[in-house]
Amino acid sequence: MQLGQHISHRYGQNLEGIRNNVLTMGGLVESQADNAVKALLEGNAELAEEVATSDYKVNKMEVTIDEQCVQVIARNQPAAKDLRLVIAVVKVITDLERIGDEAEKIGRYSIKLAKKQAKNTMHTELTHLSQLVLSMLHDALDAFARMDTELAMKIIAKGDQINTEYNSVSRLLITHMMEDPRNIKDVLRVTWCARSLERIGDHSRNICEYVVYLVKGADIRHTNLDDVLADYFPGKDITS
Amino acid sequence: MTDIIETLPSMAKGSSESAEVISQADNTRQEFDVEISGTVGKPLIKNPKMSSRNCDVFYGEKQAIFNINLDIGENEIIAMIGPSGCGKSTYLRVLNRMNDTIPICRVTGEHTLDGEDIYGKDQDPVLLRARVGMVFQKPNPFPKSIYDNVAYGARLHGLASNRSELDDVVEASLIKAGLFKEVKDDLLKPGTGLSGGQQQRLCIARAIAVDPEVILMDEPTSALDPIATAIIEELMDELKEKYTIAVVTHSMQQAARVSQRTAYFHMGKLVEVNDTDKVFTNPEHQLTENYITGRFG
Repeated sequence: MQLGQHISHRYGQNLEGIRNNVLTMGGLVESQADNAVKALLEGNAELAEEVATSDYKVNKMEVTIDEQCVQVIARNQPAAKDLRLVIAVVKVITDLERIGDEAEKIGRYSIKLAKKQAKNTMHTELTHLSQLVLSMLHDALDAFARMDTELAMKIIAKGDQINTEYNSVSRLLITHMMEDPRNIKDVLRVTWCARSLERIGDHSRNICEYVVYLVKGADIRHTNLDDVLADYFPGKDITS
Repeated sequence: MTDIIETLPSMAKGSSESAEVISQADNTRQEFDVEISGTVGKPLIKNPKMSSRNCDVFYGEKQAIFNINLDIGENEIIAMIGPSGCGKSTYLRVLNRMNDTIPICRVTGEHTLDGEDIYGKDQDPVLLRARVGMVFQKPNPFPKSIYDNVAYGARLHGLASNRSELDDVVEASLIKAGLFKEVKDDLLKPGTGLSGGQQQRLCIARAIAVDPEVILMDEPTSALDPIATAIIEELMDELKEKYTIAVVTHSMQQAARVSQRTAYFHMGKLVEVNDTDKVFTNPEHQLTENYITGRFG
């Protein structure tokens, strides 16, 4: 649906400003997550340190955008799609901030893991999981930027892949622990990283759900995926 | 009876002013590309209190309303919104034959109250207007005492057989309109001496006094401050327990606050009728969306 311009220029600009800030915040969070994974897989302590200490930028943006949303609600009383945009933004930035937190955690564990890089290679077990998660995050942000509900639904449908991968990684890591109990400390760190990656996947999924809410006005949280597809995307082969 | 004749010209004047506004607004209106075919949403409901089918309204040659089909439910507040000149007030006045007072105005279609044709030959408009009361944008108390303002309709329609019954009607109506406490010691003072918000509640009390079934409100709070507005809105919420209310408003927040269903009018057409919950979060029609989000079409 193509919407016209707001009669009030400033109102339109404020909403556009909020949207742009979310995209900027999304870019920041994505690069945090990318760097965290890079630091983890490459054993780059310096990069890990940087990720672990630069979370404040994301936090600051969350506060700023929240305030912008409060202001636009107070001043303009947005309705319909504008209201849904503001509500979706408030929720999306919460998830983005948490993705930032998870990236920070991965950074912290990676500092420790990097020191023992030579001895241990368990972290390489996370290669596939991290690729899956990073592409999911990337696509989720893309779906938000382009208000692309079909892409959003594709990503939601892919959530199961991440769970499967997470479970198999967990099994592998348990084997590592059983092989040599001296590894437990480090394997736990790797497990926590896997856990953080899995959480990033969940938050990305949430973002996709808000994209559907924003565009279609339908709250699809905690609902059956097939029902949603049948109700809102009839005749479209999205999940294949 | 002379009293009615006194009040009629002022009502007719108010109406013809609105008719002028309609023609002015039409000249300056932007044309939209979006086609309006029929009404989306839920214009029709089960067991309606009032109902219109194929309603057209003309002012002389000019058609102001195009084929409106709408049901108004018992004990519901339905809000009618839309830009100036969209026909919402004209349609509201169809519902109690207020347009009869404008000589050039012609109304067609079927209009019923409890299934009874309100434009039928044996329908007395004066009796109809007692059943379907109206409250206007500007408080318009009669230049009489507060008591007489409220008692007027009850006397006219013979709803009280003696003074004490009339006292009861006046008191009950003022209580329902939330005004009694403020005026109980000044019932004999002129109604025109009250504040704007009190005058509007006096007009509501006057409408209630004849025990109507439906109350039509044409921008009832646009001349009032936010506190008086809140009091009237609270009152509407209480009144809907007993009456059916149709309210025309320019304040979308007001429509969102008070109504159960919202009807969006655009250039004489009824574009969308839906639950208010839906209209303000996820309207069906693009024109509704444009209007409530403050966009150009």
